[in-house]
Amino acid sequence: METLMAYVVGLLFTASIYMMLRRSIVKLVIGLIILSNAANLLIFVVAGLTRGAPPLIPEGASEIAGSVADPLPQALILTAIVIAFSVLAFAVVLIRRAYEVVGTDDLDKMKDTDT
Amino acid sequence: MNPELVLPILIPLTAGALSLAFWRSIKLQRVLAVIATGLLLAAGIWLLRSTIAHGFLVVEMGSWPAPFSIVLVSDVLGAIMIVLTGIIGLAIAIYSLASTPKGHEKFGYYPLMHLLLAGVAGAFLTGDIFNLFVWFEVMLLASFALLTLGGERAQMEGAIKYVTLNLFSSAIFLSAVGLLYGMVGTLNMADIAQKVNSVDDPGMVTVVSLLFMVSFGIKAAAFPLFFWLPASYHTPQVAVSALFAGLLTKVGVYALYRVFTLIFTQDVAYTHTILLWAAAFTMLTGVLGAAAQFEFRRILSFHIVSQIGYMLLGLALFTPLALIGGVFYIMHHIIVKTNLFLVSGITYRLLGSYELKDLGGVYRQRPYLALLFLIPALSLAGIPPLSGFFAKFIVVRASLEASEYVVSAIALLVGLLTLYSMIKIWAEVFWKKLPDHITDASRLNGEVKDRNNWAYYVPVVGLAACTLIIGLYGQPIYALAETAADQLMNPQLYIEAVLGGQSK
Repeated sequence: METLMAYVVGLLFTASIYMMLRRSIVKLVIGLIILSNAANLLIFVVAGLTRGAPPLIPEGASEIAGSVADPLPQALILTAIVIAFSVLAFAVVLIRRAYEVVGTDDLDKMKDTDT
Repeated sequence: MNPELVLPILIPLTAGALSLAFWRSIKLQRVLAVIATGLLLAAGIWLLRSTIAHGFLVVEMGSWPAPFSIVLVSDVLGAIMIVLTGIIGLAIAIYSLASTPKGHEKFGYYPLMHLLLAGVAGAFLTGDIFNLFVWFEVMLLASFALLTLGGERAQMEGAIKYVTLNLFSSAIFLSAVGLLYGMVGTLNMADIAQKVNSVDDPGMVTVVSLLFMVSFGIKAAAFPLFFWLPASYHTPQVAVSALFAGLLTKVGVYALYRVFTLIFTQDVAYTHTILLWAAAFTMLTGVLGAAAQFEFRRILSFHIVSQIGYMLLGLALFTPLALIGGVFYIMHHIIVKTNLFLVSGITYRLLGSYELKDLGGVYRQRPYLALLFLIPALSLAGIPPLSGFFAKFIVVRASLEASEYVVSAIALLVGLLTLYSMIKIWAEVFWKKLPDHITDASRLNGEVKDRNNWAYYVPVVGLAACTLIIGLYGQPIYALAETAADQLMNPQLYIEAVLGGQSK
């Protein structure tokens, strides 16, 4: 299972880089979305895909018995998703504004600020 | 409990929230901006004093014991960075009173500024690697909005490059954090530093360390991924440029200093050699890029890149003297660079342009302004007795002692080319006659009445004074950098301070 997921993560990274290298700013943002998803999935996979019980200590006991799932990666991913969501919301507004102001969605025509 | 450790984050966050609450009252927001950044500076000085007294300060959030909670840690380097954040924040807040257009103030300029400062302060103080990511994002989101405030064409184009590269670097950072967590099972930096040495596969640690290097390298604008910086930093209004120039890339440099002294010191011969050559090329490309530019703020932007090289050089050599030089350089650079941007804003106000060909004659009309430019400019180029001389001297000496002669030669050459760029600005903006086609020359004679004229000059004079103090009164500053470098060279102290629970 982990091997399969590793390939999926790799595929997502590849796809996102491919999208980001294209000329349209819309595809650029799609690339960024896939990129953040790839990073989140990577955290999920790398921390180990275990079929464990929820990490709750039963009443009366002082430690967990048996194997449990690690809750921390999920907390990390949740935080990262929220952050990525807000940042991408900004990015979408930005490309819309850029399209209005510059009048094109072609990155090759946005070279005014380069040298 | 150490309140001074939490205050540098709490003050800007509260000020930002209050500014949002008083959305309609611009006057109140302006007063609040100056007060809050002043308080931030005061809290920074308090933090620095008490950090020097105790060595390290640690606060465990929610009182959970160390590796399980998110900790805030301040060592001397972190405390120095907070003081610098306070200085720059105050300077920018005062300058903004005069320079920020009314439209920007109405659209949340001040809340965003506070949020940015909170993100920067959080990144300097956190002792948790995932928390560092969160503060980075807080800072980035505020910077995105500040960069695009105004919505001109150049800003949009610059912002797309800035946003994309920074999001890309954040994704790499996040992946690296995930991989590291998969290996050591902890996020507390001190705990990681302890456990990373006993990982089964040391090769993998080096791979992850390079992911961190790429990610922070993008944020610090190091070679070869620096091009977003000169494409975007000259586009927003000048106070924002100055704030970014002073603080943002330095957060990346700070993060590199933190992880490559504390966590990734297993394979120094490999990782730090890569850093060394990245530093050399960063210096060289930055300064050569600047030589080809004829726009005031663009020249300065490229110089940010080249100066980042010196700071990385201090880290890459990884000797005690080199780290002292690196820390000293950061202190010198933040103040000088912000000041140069602020001066460029004043000449823009006088003559209405940043293009060197449209500028001129400032020395004749405002000799004191020329002097105020000359202090940071010559300091940047490393002319004694200003702060830049000592910063460069220590770094170059460290590289000579480490027998890296090629890199030292590059560092010296870059100093010379920096002087060339500064003299170019001096000759074009201050010395030559005002070009004939500029009809608006009356502005130079001070006939333009604008509000808060003093607010342009107070920060510039203050920062120039800081440069002179660092230069002329260098011994205590050097001692401070020495303490910081000493702590960086002995990560064991940091680990004990965080996990030992000795400081409460």
